[in-house]
This record gives sequence, structure tokens and C-alpha cells, in this order.
Amino acid sequence: MATIPSSTAGSATPAAPEARIGSMLQRQGALIALVVLTCIGALRYNGFISTYNIVELLRYNAMFGLIALGMTFVIMTGGIDLSVGAVAALASVIAALLSPYGATVAVGAAVGTGLLIGLFNGWVITRFNIAPFITTLAMLLGARGAALLLAKNAAVSVDTAGGYVEIGLNGVLGIPFPVIMLLVAYVLGSIVLNYTRFGRHVLAIGGNEDAARLMGLPVDRIKLGVYALSGGLAALAGAILAALTYTGIPTEGLGWELTAIAAVVVGGTLLTGGIGSVGTTFVGVLLLGLIINMLSFENLSAYWQSVIRGVFLLLVVVLQNQLSGKRKAAA
Amino acid sequence: MAKLDRVAGLPQRRFALPERFRAVGQTYGALAVLLLLVLYNLVFTPSFRTLAALNLNLTQVATTVIVATGMTLVIATGGIDLSVGSLMAIAGALAPMLFSRNLPLFNIPVLGTVLAWLVPIGVAGLFGLFNGMLVTTFRIQPIIATLILYVGGRGIAQVATSGNIQNFKNPAFQVIGLARPLGIPVQVILMLVIVAIAAWVMRATIFGRYVLAIGGNEPAARLAGVPVARIKRMVYVISGLLAGLAGLIVIAINSSSDANRVGLGMELDAIAAVAVGGTPLTGGRATIGGTLIGALIIQLIRSTLLSKGVPFAVAQIVIAGIILLAVYVQRQRKV
Repeated sequence: MATIPSSTAGSATPAAPEARIGSMLQRQGALIALVVLTCIGALRYNGFISTYNIVELLRYNAMFGLIALGMTFVIMTGGIDLSVGAVAALASVIAALLSPYGATVAVGAAVGTGLLIGLFNGWVITRFNIAPFITTLAMLLGARGAALLLAKNAAVSVDTAGGYVEIGLNGVLGIPFPVIMLLVAYVLGSIVLNYTRFGRHVLAIGGNEDAARLMGLPVDRIKLGVYALSGGLAALAGAILAALTYTGIPTEGLGWELTAIAAVVVGGTLLTGGIGSVGTTFVGVLLLGLIINMLSFENLSAYWQSVIRGVFLLLVVVLQNQLSGKRKAAA
Repeated sequence: MAKLDRVAGLPQRRFALPERFRAVGQTYGALAVLLLLVLYNLVFTPSFRTLAALNLNLTQVATTVIVATGMTLVIATGGIDLSVGSLMAIAGALAPMLFSRNLPLFNIPVLGTVLAWLVPIGVAGLFGLFNGMLVTTFRIQPIIATLILYVGGRGIAQVATSGNIQNFKNPAFQVIGLARPLGIPVQVILMLVIVAIAAWVMRATIFGRYVLAIGGNEPAARLAGVPVARIKRMVYVISGLLAGLAGLIVIAINSSSDANRVGLGMELDAIAAVAVGGTPLTGGRATIGGTLIGALIIQLIRSTLLSKGVPFAVAQIVIAGIILLAVYVQRQRKV
């Protein structure tokens, strides 16, 4: 029953109108909040709906968005990936070290490393049957250690002559490359989840892994795939970090894994797996980013950010929980 | 959490003797590793044989063990507490604000010091209660419920201190981190007392039985009349109280409180210690002694490697491997 994807979960049974409203609120609550906040921002602040502000918001959140996308797939299989922040840091160091050889080599090596780390996570989880939480926790330590080792415990400067920093500066039609990568990744992710066998299998495994296995789905291979995807996207985020800051920073990315999980949860993907959507994670990322963006307009101290994010997370989680509880009762 | 693990298929054929050997290995494996590490260091690391080195290692590990003890109880119920690092920061930020502003009550010599310990610990306990309420009353998954304070808790400490480092000198208060009765650091004594009490509670009290019953099978425990919600709230409160104590120890040692740094990453250190110690993350089993051993193993490996000139980064990678290995060896230890 939990394997029913979110798009059909609400309409599975003809429910009472209020239950249907509740179900819609649960699924689209984040979107509604995003629209409301955007309207408030547009009315309250000058320059809020400017191209500059929108592009900056997206550019700043491209890294979190990419990580949250990979995390969405992992969480939909019922797993979790705590290593993403450390992988991003490692990738930023690799990209910075290889930046003299051109952007393609640097980004390719960084993302390749991320894919390999993700594959390793998936291999340990499936082959040795160790809980994803522990496996990726160990990888968090390991990747952070590798990053410090490669960077010799200091930030690594990006070679500005090699053309690598162009990734952060340039773009197409005024849209910076990180934002293009973000949008393309989400469009592809949405297609993969909704229209490919892989995507259906991901949801099936999260819904009921044993049933998926008995049905003959290649559970282990799918899991390898989602962890590799998460590692690769985290590494891409790290490559972007290096391009935006001109440095590979082995100590960056602390706590990014939990921020990404928060964005996924705010978007409405259930941590138990089996239900989720790529689009709502995008909304979750934008929502958390927008809160920070609005705080900068309010001139509030940066420390309020995390308090308000926490309060926001609390509201969303409690609300979702109440609504989904009602939905379950009505079904 | 239970569904993260593959459900065992058909019962495997079991051979008594190897099975028993493996059970022994699983039960005493961590302890054996710890003894080997100590022996190795006694033989090959001359500086290890001094009392100062022993004290240093134990001092460094004390706060992790204190937090990990609370974490063990939470994990035994099938939950997890990601907020401990932030609660350490909150307690650490609050204490200097209380004793360095000449507030009434807090300026009375002994009473003021005791209050400067108890109030921040109590506040951290209240935040633990908040976690417990979210988990029980609102039925939010523990990882999400405690993620809220992980995100917001440090922010509360930062806003309260405007992100400034609070330096202080208050010998009476700093007893909690700097005193050396009989040459033993006071936080090591606190650590041992807390571990002993927790081990006794888990072994010999109804509360301990209830904790394990909830982690083993919550619906069954509920049907058997276990006050599930109350017990769960209590373990989160205990975790919060212990995190608060750890926060005070950290700031007492440093003579300063930096809300940006106190307890950073502690949740993962504590969970790693619990996992290496042999408590499964699925709940239903707990070994407080194992958690102490797990934390000591991680600490000794780190300090051994560092003393041999191995870079910190490599030590981290080795520890990552040890965590995986320990959990793999002990993974069959389920009810």
C-alpha cells in the first residue's frame, strides 16, 4: 500500500472533501508556503522580485539543491546518506587541485570521485547489510579525512588561469551555469523518477523492500544506483563550491547532510521511504533558501537564520504529520 | 529503523560450537580490541605509560562518553538524538550568562555556582523533553524530531550570545572541568559514575526493562502495559540533561564559551561510539559498558595513530573503517 506513489495516493479512494483538502495541503503545503512567502517578500521589499535577486537566490542554493535531489532518491528507497557534505568538500578540493588542467578534467574527476564513493556506500550497504545510517556516517569521516589529506589541512586555491572559475561567473542568456545545472538536474530527476523503470523501482523498494525483492526487482542494483547518484550530485555541488569561492575547502560542508534532509522533509517526502517527489524537494530547497533571503532583507543577524529554519521545520513537520494522520484515518 | 535492515530469510542452520564462539566474539570482541590497543600502547608507546597520558586520553573522551550514554538509552528505544551537540551549545552559552552578570541568587558563593551548573543542565533537559514530546505526542520520527533542534538549537545559543565568544574566569564553576581530586580529572569521575548508574539502571530497574521492551517491539510493549510515551520522553530528557552537563564541562575546560563551536559534531561522535560498542541502531538491545568501550577504542586509535606521526586526516579514515568493521562483526547481535 505504501508503494502507491504520491501522485495517486490522494485519489486512491473517494475521500471526504475535508480529507482531500488535507491531503492536498500535505502534498502541496510547501508550495503554498513558498507562494505566500514570495508574495509577502514582493510587497515588503524593493528589489525582491528582481532578476538579480532571483538569480542570486538560485545560484546560492544550487549546491544544496543538487545534494537534496540525490538525498531525495536515497530517502525514497528508505535509506539515508550522511556523507554528502564531506563528499562535497572532498570534491571541491579535487576540483581545485585539478583546475589548472581545465574545467572539464577538474569537474569530471570530482564528480567521478563522488560517483565512486556513492557506489562504495551502496556496495557496503547491500553486500554487508550494514545500516545506511552507519555506512554513510563512516563515509562522512572517511571522505572528510581524505579531503584534509589531499588539501594538506588548508584551503586549496583554484587556478584562475585554467578557466575553471568561469563555471561560477558565466552562463547562458544571463543564467549562471550552476543554476542551469540545478534546473537540468531537477528536470532529469523528475523524468527518471516518473517515467523510467529505475524510478518506479526506487519507490517500490522504499514502499516494501521485501516485497520488491520477492517480485524479482534488482534491489541491490537500484540501491547502488541511488547512492552513486547521491555521491555524484554531492560532488557536483562541491565542484560548484570551488568555482564560486575560488577555493577547495576541506572543512566546508559541515552539516549539509542534515540541511539537505530538512529540505527533503519540508518538501513532503517521507523518511520511511516509498513516497516522494522530486518537484516538492525543489520547493523545499527554495523555501529554506527564501527564508534566508528574506532575512537578509530584514537586516536580521545571521544567527536568526538557523532559529527560524528550525521553527519552520517544526511547523512543517507537525502540520504534515497531523494532516497525514487525518488522511490515513479517512482512507 | 527496523525496515532499513533486511529481514532475515529462512532460519539458517546453526551449529552450536561456532555459534557460541561467534557469540563470545560479538560480546567480548570490542573489549578484546580495547585491551589489545592498551597492550600495544603499553609496549610500544613509552609516553603512554605515564599517568598524564592516561588522564589526557580519559579527559578527551569523557564528554563523548557522557553524551553517548544518553544516546545509548535513546537508541535502545529505537530512536536517535541528533540535537545533543546543539543542546551542549545552549547549556554552554547559558552558564556564563548566569554567573558573570551578578544576577540575584547567582552571586551567592556556593549556591550561585550550584545553580550555574543545575539551571543550564535543566534547560537542556527541557529541550530534551521537547524532543520527547515531538516523538510521542506528535508521533514524529526521532531523526526528524531531533533534527529540528539540531538546526535551531545552535541558533538559539548563537542569538542569545550574539555569536560572541564569552571568556570567563570562575574557579568555583570550573571545578566541573578542571578539578583533580586524587589526581583524577573530575569529568572522568563524572563519566564513570554516570556510566555505572546507567549500566545499573539498564540491568536492574524496571525502567531499563521498559526501555529495551519498547526498542524490541513497541506495539507489543504497549499492549503489555508499558507506559511507552512516558519512558520515551524520559530517555530524551536524560539525553538532554547529559548533553547539558557535557556542554558545561567543555566550557569549563576552555574558560570560554563559543556557541559556534561547543558540541559541534558531537551527535556523530556519540552515535559512532554507541555503534562500535555493539548497541544496534534498531533498538531493543543496549550495552552501556559497550558504549564506554566503543568511545575508548575510537579515542585510543586516534591518539595512537597521532602519536605515531600519522596525520589526523588518515586517522579519521582509519576510524571510519573501524566503525564499519565493528558494526559488521556485531551486526547479528539482534533479538
